[in-house]
Amino acid sequence: MAAWATGINLVLGTAVGWLLARKTFPGRELVDAILTLPFVLPPTVLGYYLLVLIGRRGWLGGWLHDTFGINLIFTWQGAVIAASLVAFPLVLKAARTAFEAVDPQLEQAARVLGLGEWAVFFRVTVPLAWPGILAGTLLVFARSMGEFGATLMVAGSIPGKTQTLSIAVYEAVQAGQDSIANTLVLITSITCIVVLLLAGRLAPSGARR
Amino acid sequence: MSFSVDIAKSVGGTRRRFELRVAFETTARRTVIYGPSGAGKSLTLQALAGLLVPDRGRIVFGGETLFDAAARVHVPARARRFGYLFQDYALFPGLNVRQNVAFGLSTGLRNPPGNAGGAAVERWLDALQLREVALQRPAELSGGHRQRVALARALVNEPRALLLDEPFSALDPELRQRTRGELDRLLTAIGIPIVMITHDPDDIEWFGERTLYLREGGIREVDDDGLDGSAAGNKRG
Repeated sequence: MAAWATGINLVLGTAVGWLLARKTFPGRELVDAILTLPFVLPPTVLGYYLLVLIGRRGWLGGWLHDTFGINLIFTWQGAVIAASLVAFPLVLKAARTAFEAVDPQLEQAARVLGLGEWAVFFRVTVPLAWPGILAGTLLVFARSMGEFGATLMVAGSIPGKTQTLSIAVYEAVQAGQDSIANTLVLITSITCIVVLLLAGRLAPSGARR
Repeated sequence: MSFSVDIAKSVGGTRRRFELRVAFETTARRTVIYGPSGAGKSLTLQALAGLLVPDRGRIVFGGETLFDAAARVHVPARARRFGYLFQDYALFPGLNVRQNVAFGLSTGLRNPPGNAGGAAVERWLDALQLREVALQRPAELSGGHRQRVALARALVNEPRALLLDEPFSALDPELRQRTRGELDRLLTAIGIPIVMITHDPDDIEWFGERTLYLREGGIREVDDDGLDGSAAGNKRG
């Protein structure tokens, strides 16, 4: 689940981050603010929004249900959406910062040398912004693993399906199963430390290059 | 080869606006646009290269219209086939010298490999004495080397003209004079037309076959005959 959320965010966050960094359009900062909202809103509020949006009676969820027979609530896909949304601002911020740090003159140099816009993006912009984006993405992975509130509201807690680590910890503690809780907490902590160390290693090396 | 330029562009935000208004024609092999910093020299050069879209006017090069606001013509930078030497050279930091030089020879989505070669690359590595640093990254190079890599990268594509943005300002003063001589000889050897912008009078002496003076966003004086006293008879060596 965390992997899915990370993948989705990597693609979307990179695209939107580039857009916000390179293009000027009216309401750019408003878009940025709205997309950052999931980061500061209480998870339950976010989960409620999601229910309203993709729930069976929500306007998007209702349409999906009627047209395709797809139901997102209480499924792992729903959990992925919730986790993605919560973590999206992290990738977005990282990507935007990384893209803004790329010297536009290098992109111009590539254009003069005959490259089209896609080639400029993949050969100049992305390689230079990559370490920063990757660092942000790793943070998303960590954040998705720890996602609690929004996921619980949207996807519930179905063991092996929509149960995230943090929800499992909560339930283990509630049920008095301390040994399970201890193991899960340890796994989560170690994974997060590893991810944070990786992210930290990537970020400064990107700045040096 | 000739440039015929008549453009206007206003840049900046609501607080500080800068009005660029430049008109000139030149048929000289070497044209120098001279002016203090902030006069709009870089913007002018960017407009010639297609990196800046003027608001009004037109740019014609050798009979080909590169930009015409009224006719909605804007040939993109990649199709103008000009070489551009950036002030601080704008070398790609993640690529070695070979890859930088070979960069413009392929326009696909992948960068050239670390051992990129081919007749043109080898020729320019030799011509600009870059063979011994061919596998180094730009950050490991001296200023003089960097400038030569940037030149090789621009010339390997066989551009129709070379645009130079303050080519010597990033070099130490001692190195400057020697590099001017080297560039002078190289340009004579390959016979490519150039437009150079500078705020250094010494550059006019070396390269100003025709000199245009830019002041606060407009061409104020034009050096018409192209063979005036300051340019004649002072190509030292």
